[in-house]
Amino acid sequence: MSQGKLKPEELARINYQPPAKGWMDPDVEFRKGTWCYGAVPDTLKYLDLPLPKKWQPSDADWQLPPNWKQIIFEGMRERLQRFRTFKVFMDICVRCGACADKCHFYIGSGDPKNMPVLRAELLRSVYRREFTKAGKIMGKMVGARDLDEKVLKEWFYYFYQCTECRRCSVYCPYGIDTAEITMMGRELLNLLGLSIEWVNTPLANCFRTGNHLGIQPHGFKDSLDFAADELSDLTGVPIKVPINEKGHEILFVTPSADYFASPHYFTLLGYLALFHEIGLDYTFSSFASEGGNFGLFHSHEMIKRLNAKIYAEARRLGVKWILGGECGHMWRVLHQYMDTMNGPADFLQMPKSPLTGTVFNNAASTKMVHISEFTADLIRHGKLKLDPSRNDHWKATFHDSCNPARCMGLFEEPRYIMRRVMNHYYEMPEDTIREQTFCCGSGSGLGTDENMENRLRGGLPRANAVKHVRDSKGANILICMCAIDKATLPPLLEYWVPGMEVGGVHELVGNALVMKGEKERDTDLRGQPLVKPAKEVQDAA
Amino acid sequence: MTFGFSLFVVALLIAIPALGAAAGGHAFWGVVIPYAALAIFLAGFTARILGWARVPVPFRIPTAGGQQKSLDWIKSSRLDNPHSAWGTIGRMALEILCFRSLFRNTRVELREGPKLAYGSSKWLWAAALAFHYAFLVVFLRHFKYFVEPTPAWVTAIQGLDGFFQVGLPVLYVTDALLLGAVAFLLGRRLLDARVRYISHAADYFPLLLIAAIAVTGVLMRYFFKVDLLGVKQLAVGLLSLQPVVPEGVGAMFFVHLFLVSSLIVYLPFSKLMHLGGVFLSPTRNLPNDNRMRRHVNPWNYPVKVHTYEEYEEEFHEVMKAAGLPLDKEKSCPKAS
Repeated sequence: MSQGKLKPEELARINYQPPAKGWMDPDVEFRKGTWCYGAVPDTLKYLDLPLPKKWQPSDADWQLPPNWKQIIFEGMRERLQRFRTFKVFMDICVRCGACADKCHFYIGSGDPKNMPVLRAELLRSVYRREFTKAGKIMGKMVGARDLDEKVLKEWFYYFYQCTECRRCSVYCPYGIDTAEITMMGRELLNLLGLSIEWVNTPLANCFRTGNHLGIQPHGFKDSLDFAADELSDLTGVPIKVPINEKGHEILFVTPSADYFASPHYFTLLGYLALFHEIGLDYTFSSFASEGGNFGLFHSHEMIKRLNAKIYAEARRLGVKWILGGECGHMWRVLHQYMDTMNGPADFLQMPKSPLTGTVFNNAASTKMVHISEFTADLIRHGKLKLDPSRNDHWKATFHDSCNPARCMGLFEEPRYIMRRVMNHYYEMPEDTIREQTFCCGSGSGLGTDENMENRLRGGLPRANAVKHVRDSKGANILICMCAIDKATLPPLLEYWVPGMEVGGVHELVGNALVMKGEKERDTDLRGQPLVKPAKEVQDAA
Repeated sequence: MTFGFSLFVVALLIAIPALGAAAGGHAFWGVVIPYAALAIFLAGFTARILGWARVPVPFRIPTAGGQQKSLDWIKSSRLDNPHSAWGTIGRMALEILCFRSLFRNTRVELREGPKLAYGSSKWLWAAALAFHYAFLVVFLRHFKYFVEPTPAWVTAIQGLDGFFQVGLPVLYVTDALLLGAVAFLLGRRLLDARVRYISHAADYFPLLLIAAIAVTGVLMRYFFKVDLLGVKQLAVGLLSLQPVVPEGVGAMFFVHLFLVSSLIVYLPFSKLMHLGGVFLSPTRNLPNDNRMRRHVNPWNYPVKVHTYEEYEEEFHEVMKAAGLPLDKEKSCPKAS
């Protein structure tokens, strides 16, 4: 770990005692390791976003336009008229403090402004001053303060130290959702051209090429063909991957990391094996080759601009319904925003499993089904031949990714699958899973390198729960259903829980899936040797 | 400083009517003030609720607190992650009547190792529940002053509240609970460094004001007796819009009344509006049926998108070379 100069035991010395001085006079130090690089001007220009500039958050001069305060106030006014969430959440917090120690960044850093209540107060204090009578008259006594450059810098610092995981909103007696506050804060900062590189570059790439890495269509095809070949070698079954083909029943959309990054790639092999085995009539699309939506980390408008591709492509290809792969924030957008923004999907048909006949009534309007819902249904109906012992080299625990957990409630489907494709499955402590799950610490565009210290801090609660299962049950792999998790958990675990691997649910499915005409399998999808079944070992002896 | 300031303001709110009522002008303290306060309260409260209700809910973003409704054989969590209207009503009822989310509260502790340990932490929930319900019962008990004859349900509540038959006049359990809960909530704000750090004057003030209201009420009931008949005359008069100002009610009563008036004037302009806001919180009051039923955003404006045609145009050559299907065949390929 190049950035992690501190040893784990040093990083874990956390001071939770708030400073003697109050929080209202901002004093942000952009310390290396805690913040993300500023967005590159070309990416803003490509997306027609305002005020592109060469800039870093650590600069003293943020090159703000002379009327910047007016721009912010106008932006706040507009959003207060558009989002009831924003208005109500600005008004009703009683500062009971229940949210304080629910945030992984607060737990990992002890920085009081990482308490969700204070993160919101950073914005609320300006709201009160500008938009409420009490704040105008009473000022600091009611928690109101003027907007100035220091406050703006503080916004940037702390709104890019929130992963929009919504854990705090589970505990808030009024359901105040800090993700919503952070989204508003980031939208306001965007108005001044203040965004981060690891949000804006992927945005521009997604917009142009369909995926966040900027891979062009032929590269996309090469990748999938390579995966199909490799899977054929592993299984002895010839496999083809349809791309951009019209007239299939299903469009399959998955995060682009699945075909370019590791360990995501093994989950992709799992999908391909499954689809081949059940003879699914589907196609990939190179145009809608990114299910993940970095717009969620930028603005509502950008969510819509990127998400539009999915329905547009489903329409162009003439599919009946859409199946979605393992991803976190992708599923927040698909579940809570897509239909509203780019629907109605009345040109599609009610999703129905071609194998089991199950009608997915829960996706009656959006027409998009989560792969774990689809696979759980297959297994339930006995449509898959599974050999769980092929996962015997894994002792797994499961990380509920924030968005499928707290935006959907997708808890039992992946667990049902895992319990049937493997023999060794253990839960982490209950305060750290399901709706109480802890973020990987790198979501919402924070999964980059320059802020590694903060990622390690934010990921401490997650990693610590993993460590508990490793130490008590001997778990050796953390399974998750999110592309950001799969990218960011490996360095996190390497730091806090060395020796833990990270994998996906459908990687395990692919391992256990007994395919027609397959050769004798002696490795898993990673090419690692399988544990010989106990029976064979006995026979040999 | 914020606490001191709040204390000072509450002291002022006691001193003003105490001195004022002693100097006379009972019609002002007993009639004008409560009427004016009520008018401000009603107008302010309505304006706030309408102000929120006027703002659209562009997206349906409930927080899922349990298993979703998906496949028939997976049991969904109907109250913590409702997908139907009834489930959502149930969730809201649990939230408003039982403080469901606060009940989830945990406390994290960092131990050697490092080892993070989570424990259930229900004190805040218990105190909040005691505070709100005690306040409600005290409020309902006051109907004995406003309605003649005293309604049977008020007598019943009084009977229950004084169930233990301690003291004379009988001690109301809710009086003790209310004062105890206020003391806990105030103590927590002052003594827990983290909560003190996030507290504004606007957090201490309402607690101190409510404490002052409760204390003046208790003083009148148990120690400095006031002319209850006079109080009832005044209250019934106020409610029937035929106000009378009886003689000899006593300054303590006017202090109590002024403090209550202050509270309801303050309420619509403060965090106490959580009383109304909790009903309007979009993460709680909507069902998680996003993929089942379309939610419409009234301001869903068109945005600039990147179309497939533009995409194919840009990548035509490489797509063709890779053998990917194309919508358009180009006669003269551009040099790329």
